[in-house]
Amino acid sequence: MFAIVDCNNFYASCERLFQPQLEHQPIVVLSNNDGCVIARSNEAKALGIKMGAPAFEIQTLLEQHQVAVFSSNYALYGDLSHRVMQVLGRFTPAIEIYSIDEAFLDVAHFAFTDLSNYGSAIRAAVLQQVGIPTTIGMATSKTLAKAANRYAKKACKTTGVFVIDSEAKRQEVLEALPVEDVWGIGRKYQIWLDAHNIKTAWQLSNSNLAWIQKKMGVVGLRLVKELQGIACYDLEEQPAAKQGIMTSRSFGHLISEKKLLQEAIATHATRCAEKLRKQDSCCALIQVFIHTNAYRKQDAQYHGVLSIPIPTATDSTSELIQLAMSALDHIYKPGFLYKKAGVYVSEIVPRSQVQLSLFSSKDRGKEKQLHDAMDKINTLMGRDKVRYAAAGISRKWKLRQEKKSPCYTTNVNELLRIKN
Amino acid sequence: MSLFADKISIQALVAKEPLALPIIRDTAVKAGFPSPALDYMQDAIDLNQLLIKHPSSTFLVTIEGDSMIDAFIANPALLIIDRALQVRNGDIVLAVVNGDFTVKRYVRKADKVFLVPENKQNPKYQAMEIVDGMEFSVWGVVAHIISSPRKR
Repeated sequence: MFAIVDCNNFYASCERLFQPQLEHQPIVVLSNNDGCVIARSNEAKALGIKMGAPAFEIQTLLEQHQVAVFSSNYALYGDLSHRVMQVLGRFTPAIEIYSIDEAFLDVAHFAFTDLSNYGSAIRAAVLQQVGIPTTIGMATSKTLAKAANRYAKKACKTTGVFVIDSEAKRQEVLEALPVEDVWGIGRKYQIWLDAHNIKTAWQLSNSNLAWIQKKMGVVGLRLVKELQGIACYDLEEQPAAKQGIMTSRSFGHLISEKKLLQEAIATHATRCAEKLRKQDSCCALIQVFIHTNAYRKQDAQYHGVLSIPIPTATDSTSELIQLAMSALDHIYKPGFLYKKAGVYVSEIVPRSQVQLSLFSSKDRGKEKQLHDAMDKINTLMGRDKVRYAAAGISRKWKLRQEKKSPCYTTNVNELLRIKN
Repeated sequence: MSLFADKISIQALVAKEPLALPIIRDTAVKAGFPSPALDYMQDAIDLNQLLIKHPSSTFLVTIEGDSMIDAFIANPALLIIDRALQVRNGDIVLAVVNGDFTVKRYVRKADKVFLVPENKQNPKYQAMEIVDGMEFSVWGVVAHIISSPRKR
């Protein structure tokens, strides 16, 4: 038996936790650079605000209904997500963190308890201990659990739990689920299924298996079996070690100056190095890219990218900055308006397995001390408090995040303040 | 070109097995008599461990104001709020009343709930009864109060 726990309107709920006056008020959270809507409270959904709507297009609507608008605050969401997962982990060690706001639990060993009550207990714990509302779906396969979750969001708003434990309930859920909303059905299959008059998940689950396999392959076959309640996918408890780490951002406004690009690239390289150190690993390949805004047809377009192999895998900020800067030297072309820059590090190996180069003259011990110290300071005092000068002082390229809430849980200078 | 100079077939030269080098960095080897305390070393005292019982449900908040001064909440102070604690009669809580945060003592008396300030010097602070129609919730229980008596 699988359960999927899904945080309701997660980003909006995170913001609301620290601004309780927004209870029952519409909230939207915008993407990086305050571009488009990436999260909505139920009240905002009710106003007809669509996912992905560009902020400038709905400006009047937002003002008219006094919608609370937030820039995305990933430090806050990440921290609260981690807390939610920890609470879930106390119920069962069999947990797959599926995304920032969803986790699968294997609840097979609770088969003899009342699963519905069990779900309510999980919900209540997360709500009390972290403050985030969740919805839980349970069924004998992950796909079906997902469907149950979706159903619970609509049909069981107060209890927030739906368990598919009978054929009748499976039918009830699947009949209400449009086929395009089945976990794993993409746009392509939706059109094709629609052409064959398969419009609900129930119809799909009753399709001829041989025909499905012929048309949708083994993945489609598994999907249908999962809908029938036969588990084809297990929990993936150990997420595969990250194959690569990408740090990239669009700029607040288009830039062409090399100096600003250098600052941005150096900052991204810094971030990659921090992430590498955090997971005790090193990378042996660094890739740098810059590109213009492909949507601005009036601008000349350019996309520059270069990868550099690193002889001795590294997690050193200074080394990655140095490499990234030389890569940028090679790909930078003046006269273009750049929209985005990024650094991608890959060929990641555990630090303990790094092979030292015979020709390396670096004092790795000393450098490690330096970076440990920098990481400590930055954890304590806030991101980038201490940084390499290459990452810039002015930081004119920085994100537009005009409506970002404080990092209540991760920065001592931004704690919740109460007037008493 | 200089960019790739480092790359010269180094692969062929490195050992196949990772090298395990003993590194002594933090404790420099000294020639003198070893410290007699060495055998009695214990972990340093960890305030987190002492003050934070449930890390995933603990939040730090800063508080300004003197309405709870008699309950040892200085102005300003840092509060450690633990949401995992079940609220009990007499706890100091971070509550939400009609959308606003407030820190007060939670008192239940004969089916009535009150939020009680503690400042005898200032009569403007009065207990508030939670009545129907109010939106009220306990956000978390104040587990510890941290204040710094030294003047800045």
